[in-house]
Amino acid sequence: MGVNQSVPKIDGKGLVMGKAAYTDDLAPENSLIVKVLRSPHAYAEIMSIDTSEAEKTEGIRCVFTYKNVPDKIFSRAGQGYPEPSPYDKKILDRFVRYVGDAVAFLAGVDEESVDEAIAKIKVTYRIMTPIIDFEKAKDSKTIVHDEDHTRSMFEMGHEPSRNIAARYAMEIGNVKEALKSCDIVHEGRYYTQAQAHCTMETHTAASWLDLQGRLVVMTSTQTPFHVRRILAKNLGMPISNIRVIKPRIGGGYGGKQCIHGEFFVTWVTLHTGLPAKIIYSRKETFQSTYTRHQMRIDMTIGAMKDGTIKAINMEVLSNTGAYGEHALTVLMVVGSKTLPLYNKVEAVAFSGDVVYTNTTPAGAYRGYGAIQGNFALESAIDELAEKLDIDPVVLRKKNMIHLGETSKIFEVMGEGQEGTPMTIESCELEKCLDICLEKLEYFEKGKSREISPHVVRGIGIAIAMQGSGIPHIDMGSSILKLNDDGSFNLMIGATDLGTGSDTIMAQIASETLKVPMDKIIVYSSDTDLTPFDVGAYASSTTFISGHSTRIAAENMIKEIKEAAKLQLGSNQVEYDGMIITSDKGDISLSELAEKLYYSEHQKQLVSSGSYVSSTTAPPYMAGGAEVEIDKRTGQIKLIRYVAAVDCGTTINPNLAKIQVEGALLQGIGMAMYEDVNYSDSGQLINNSFLKYNIPTRMEVESIDVSFVESYEPQGPFGAKSVGEIGIDTPPAAIANAINNALGVRITRLPIKSENVWMKLNHN
Amino acid sequence: MEITLNINHSMHHVLIRPDEFLLDTLRNMGIKSVKKGCDTSSCGICAVSVDNKLVRSCAYYSIRAEGKEILTVEGIREEASLIAEFLTGEGVEQCGYCSPGLVMAIYTMKHELDEPDIESIKHYLAGNLCRCSGYEGQHRAIMKYLEVK
Repeated sequence: MGVNQSVPKIDGKGLVMGKAAYTDDLAPENSLIVKVLRSPHAYAEIMSIDTSEAEKTEGIRCVFTYKNVPDKIFSRAGQGYPEPSPYDKKILDRFVRYVGDAVAFLAGVDEESVDEAIAKIKVTYRIMTPIIDFEKAKDSKTIVHDEDHTRSMFEMGHEPSRNIAARYAMEIGNVKEALKSCDIVHEGRYYTQAQAHCTMETHTAASWLDLQGRLVVMTSTQTPFHVRRILAKNLGMPISNIRVIKPRIGGGYGGKQCIHGEFFVTWVTLHTGLPAKIIYSRKETFQSTYTRHQMRIDMTIGAMKDGTIKAINMEVLSNTGAYGEHALTVLMVVGSKTLPLYNKVEAVAFSGDVVYTNTTPAGAYRGYGAIQGNFALESAIDELAEKLDIDPVVLRKKNMIHLGETSKIFEVMGEGQEGTPMTIESCELEKCLDICLEKLEYFEKGKSREISPHVVRGIGIAIAMQGSGIPHIDMGSSILKLNDDGSFNLMIGATDLGTGSDTIMAQIASETLKVPMDKIIVYSSDTDLTPFDVGAYASSTTFISGHSTRIAAENMIKEIKEAAKLQLGSNQVEYDGMIITSDKGDISLSELAEKLYYSEHQKQLVSSGSYVSSTTAPPYMAGGAEVEIDKRTGQIKLIRYVAAVDCGTTINPNLAKIQVEGALLQGIGMAMYEDVNYSDSGQLINNSFLKYNIPTRMEVESIDVSFVESYEPQGPFGAKSVGEIGIDTPPAAIANAINNALGVRITRLPIKSENVWMKLNHN
Repeated sequence: MEITLNINHSMHHVLIRPDEFLLDTLRNMGIKSVKKGCDTSSCGICAVSVDNKLVRSCAYYSIRAEGKEILTVEGIREEASLIAEFLTGEGVEQCGYCSPGLVMAIYTMKHELDEPDIESIKHYLAGNLCRCSGYEGQHRAIMKYLEVK
């Protein structure tokens, strides 16, 4: 019926045809326009703030500063509760901690009056010296959270007086001793930048009061239930008085896994009784939402001459910017979603500090931690191979994880907590590698070849793993309701970001209920009408919410059979989707449904399912890049990128493919194009699409994605996650390809042509 | 000021500010397929057809459009529906936010390019950004659509 079919997204055509679907399309027509006055300084104390002129401006309904909003401290991060992120943010604060931090917000009847009024707010700042360079942040004289106002919900090494948001360390075995016994030890330092999500829809939120006076919030979020909880706690309202609706959203990638504009609009609505909306400008989205965590990663890897890797040490410095959303969890993923790839080591250690700086806060971004860790680890593996004089693919195959194996790291490291021991029940990594090698003609062409005296080509490889949800934390749930024509309403908390999860859930329900897809009517992500789901993050939706939908469907079959027994007067019934058969006669599902509504043994059939996993089945992949470089100019062309993925069963092969293709290009963007620079005073320079270059279609020569056959026993219909893993390999694979082409190792992202030229000419 | 615009095959008298951009005029009229993606005319999300030329409505004064034929996806339903079949057939619309602008670009491209091949298509559509898809699936869909035409 539904699973393993490339059916179109159920909402796809409506979206392409431009139907009103996103927050701003659906916000009440008469919404007040809300805007935020942003700090021009990277670090300052507000000494005085005069809003009187702004308030007098025609059309202005209200102006808020730190003096008249709730003075509560919280984390904006949309994640499990209690959150593994420090509480360090207020709606508005007397201190501003980065250029773009919120100073005040106001609402008026139209954009013109708001723009006019915002210019009339007079603020006197005591400007302080900011700390911009994250390598100098720890124990700097500048303390980003100077007051004693921050706290963590549990021990995470939170030490604001030292600018440390969170820290973590673990060791399995004795790395120092193991390294001593190695023939070759490679040490390397790698840098990754603070990538921006660049969702095409900027952050948008609207709110209004319903007929019962309850607060309704429509917002482009990945986590409607977390938004409801965080709003309730900090607005001082009961959860029961808030309804959060996620309509269609224009991209997320982790960027909407956080509270952004929701506090501003809801506070305006609560104070005026009027609908209100906020639409972030593109500049605001770059400057004042959040980014990927910038990192420095030190790798030490030791191996024997025969290529046996014995010890790995990974030390991380992560920049969380002005606030610590996801600080601890992103840090831990740097190790937990990379180091188990090489599970045969005698000893492995991981440690890291996450520091505060006066820059745009960092938060969740697709593949968080994993892509940074992958760049460091998979670059280091190639460098180690070179020192061992072993082909890097051969070195990987000798040391990498296989089916039926485990890694102690699974048990030790989770996300913000201890991990969960598990044995790998599906892993086709070797096959993934072989497909990439074959397509790239790796052994035939060789890792490098000269095209002309000035032009060389190189091939580089990287492997990756991810997770499928967070065990014992991420929960999804689903409700099914039988209609009088035999169709079903499927109500799910799962949050479709455009990825197609509504469709995936419909496919799973259709497969389980043995009914055609068009009998499943999906409604998702509305805290009043759909059951709880943590939301779309941590590669959890197909794996976790998919199971909850399967369970709800199985429970619905039980309900249908019980109802059919009564209708047919039989104790033995069989259900095949269309017809319920028994020794006393048959009844079609639609006949049964109609009788249940209107005539005999009347009853509304409803079923539910919820699911929490005890494991996080990792998907695996191999990625290979072929680059062409002009040695005279350093110009790099990515000739092609080949990827082979093991994500278990692809519930929808087309949608899985687009997930990987899209993620690959975001990874390629991070590897080659997307640069983040601050001025010394902390101004973000790359704050528009003119200055922050995401790949256009001109940068895409050839992206070739394939899936290997695989079945994960723990997954719904054999599926694992596929949303994040695609982003992980490009930085390392491209760096490895450049090194193979030129013999030049670049360890800092993004790798731009000028960096290659500089390295060739000035080293 | 009041102007008369020919939008999606019908005439509309609309009140605008003199400095109003077509993007805002169209959205204020309830044409929600036209969306904003940036502040710098860089993303192509807001693309519409004016006299069969692709324009960025965020940087096109509404008053300039007087006397011209403005088309959005709502005005080319049959063609847009066909293009949509191919895009959704690849699963490539994803979040969908850039899709109406892309559809309009494909529509004007078909008028402007005689024998489009993948290179000229990429050049023509270079200004239509998409962060979800990686573009490859869009190109598969567009090639299939053009074959059918």
